[in-house]
Amino acid sequence: MTPATAEPSESGPRLGKDLIGLENLEASQIQAILDTAEPFKEISERAIKKVPVLRGKTIVNLFFEPSTRTRISFEFAEKRLGADTVNISASGSSVQKGETLVDTARNLEAMRIDMVVVRHGSSGAAQFLAERIPSNVINAGDGQHEHPTQALLDLLTLRDTLGKISGTKVCIVGDIRHSRVARSNIFGLLHMGAEVAVCGPRSLIPAGIEELGVRCFGRVEEAIEWSDALNILRLQLERMKTGFVPSLREYNRVFGVTRARLDAAGRPIVILHPGPMNRGVEIDSDVADGPESVILPQVTNGVAIRMAVLYLLAGGHPEHAEAAKGGAA
Amino acid sequence: MTHSSGRPVLIRGGRVTDPSQDLDENADVLVVAGRVEAVGPRLSAPDESDIIDATGLVVAPGFIDVHVHLREPGDEHKETIATGAHAAVAGGFTQVWAMPNTDPPVDNPAAVGFVIAAAERARGAKVRPIGAASVGQNGERMTEVGELVSAGAVAVSDDGHPVLDSGLMRRILEYTQTFGIPMIQHSEDPALSAGGVMNEGSVATALGLRGIPNAAEAAMLARDVLLSEVTGGHLHVCHVSTRQSVEFLRMARAAGLRVSSEVTPHHLLLTEELVRGYNTEAKVNPPLRIEADVTAVREALVEGVIDMIATDHAPHHYEEKEREFDDAPFGINGLETAFGLCLKALVEPGHMSLSMLIDRMSCAPARVMSLEEGTLRAGAPADIVLLVPDEAWTVDPARFVSRSGNTPIAGWELPGKVRRTLVDGETRFTTS
Repeated sequence: MTPATAEPSESGPRLGKDLIGLENLEASQIQAILDTAEPFKEISERAIKKVPVLRGKTIVNLFFEPSTRTRISFEFAEKRLGADTVNISASGSSVQKGETLVDTARNLEAMRIDMVVVRHGSSGAAQFLAERIPSNVINAGDGQHEHPTQALLDLLTLRDTLGKISGTKVCIVGDIRHSRVARSNIFGLLHMGAEVAVCGPRSLIPAGIEELGVRCFGRVEEAIEWSDALNILRLQLERMKTGFVPSLREYNRVFGVTRARLDAAGRPIVILHPGPMNRGVEIDSDVADGPESVILPQVTNGVAIRMAVLYLLAGGHPEHAEAAKGGAA
Repeated sequence: MTHSSGRPVLIRGGRVTDPSQDLDENADVLVVAGRVEAVGPRLSAPDESDIIDATGLVVAPGFIDVHVHLREPGDEHKETIATGAHAAVAGGFTQVWAMPNTDPPVDNPAAVGFVIAAAERARGAKVRPIGAASVGQNGERMTEVGELVSAGAVAVSDDGHPVLDSGLMRRILEYTQTFGIPMIQHSEDPALSAGGVMNEGSVATALGLRGIPNAAEAAMLARDVLLSEVTGGHLHVCHVSTRQSVEFLRMARAAGLRVSSEVTPHHLLLTEELVRGYNTEAKVNPPLRIEADVTAVREALVEGVIDMIATDHAPHHYEEKEREFDDAPFGINGLETAFGLCLKALVEPGHMSLSMLIDRMSCAPARVMSLEEGTLRAGAPADIVLLVPDEAWTVDPARFVSRSGNTPIAGWELPGKVRRTLVDGETRFTTS
């Protein structure tokens, strides 16, 4: 369990030592992260994109799985807050690599670092690490479990676009079974009072998902009809090889979010996608690039959200964020 | 194995609970030359007898566990035949059947002989080897079952893996009949468990862990029940964990087939909720299921649809469990917590009497497997356990006799202690 203690203090709800997932956060904590991200957005618009909020802090980006956009987004967030960063890429599982995750954790601890951003192929690996080192641990994706900063940036983008999260209807479309983005979004959206649905072929919907409090659509047309926003997940090519779907062509024909399907709803529906996209598979180009798409604002918000998380875990207070970024070192 | 030539032993003043002869009364037990000589009130001790005061204790036939993993040869850092045999008597077991999935596997007479010799030296519980059902346990070619039995094997199994090939399974169920031994099957369709690491359902979904559906067990079990019908062979089903499996076992029982089965102490009480937090100590195959399954297997055990309790004792070194959940091995260390866990799951809540529990742990395995043990009848080997059913204790893996301490119930308070264990009339374990 995430040791997130939601002690209400005069400085608002605090995060715990780590950010492992959204399942065990409270709405007030998620709200605080989103609110803290607001003032940080502006830093990236400046000519000199750097404030000394995390000056002197050492952050390790520990990636056991390849990642481009998440790692870069974290790195920008860290550098724009003035932290010193090191990237470690370790391909394959720790077992294949020879060194166990326990030993990796102990070595990091011995180097007296302040924070670890970790991505790992095994569900639970971020929590495993967090329980064994005193540094703050931020989960940048663990197996098929959670990817909390992605869901937070989705929430922020949704709030920017619709003005609110509570009461909105959001459907996550695609490979729910293998998606940590789906799980973090489900937990985060439900905490914030949204209605949540998932849609995809039943072979890609995990057992018991309804018990988490979401509804299931078998047809994408029904999902679109119901939704205010669609969060469309990438369909990985390997799902075809392992027999979850017969072909990408058929996937697009049955589950693809196309212009015609979107227009049939007769009202604007916000389009999110965590990327990278397979144009012509789960999403058509005229949808990805269309007026309802907030896919690029998601990327922009990603940096602000990660700044907010880093700032809060480092002990910052939500309402001091505006002052902190002002440059008062 | 009745080579005990020690002095006579008189176990005096205990409550003798032996369901095999419907006995549950205060009585003495006299042991001569490693066998039960008499059970009755106020027996007189022959000259030179050892007297064991059993006042306040339950005296029962020793527990028999037809499913343990002792890891030797190959994984002696987890357990050895000696440490396992001593863990067994510490848990009240006087006989354990060792699964052949060692490294190398016990698929030839020499390996069977190795297990028997190591067990003789250990002087703990009796250890009876189960031979592999297929050469190398790779599910392709039947082992020399007759040779294995001649060397001392009591059953065949590819446990750890199922025998997948339906044709091979049929032949094994036919061929083993000559030797009067059961084919013990780990029922699991690997295409359905598909790399799963815990029970399939909402908990696995929330944790992002791959699930093993109930159907992975029940589908294979259903096939095997049909093959038992076709062949008349004795099928023994390992560690039943699902309510659907129970239904197929019920059908087999109603049809009078030679199908027997076992359930583990952990599947009688624990659920998948223990996995939350990625607790690798609760990673076991078959996985801990949901309450409905626990209830079903418990009721089946009470009814006798599931015949017996077996631990599936699966020791692992702590480093192997101190890992990412996906990479940690399956298995729970079961011998020393079995009696307490079963009391907590079955007797304390009133699902069965202590006498019925002793039947399911001692008499039923002997009955189903046609053993001369599992009873205190005159002439039977003096495999006896002395129990204190109402004394609470706290599970502390650091104090296990087993070489490993992997258990999801560390720190739990359990009822019921084993005070003394005798094998062939000789005390092999005792504690205060």
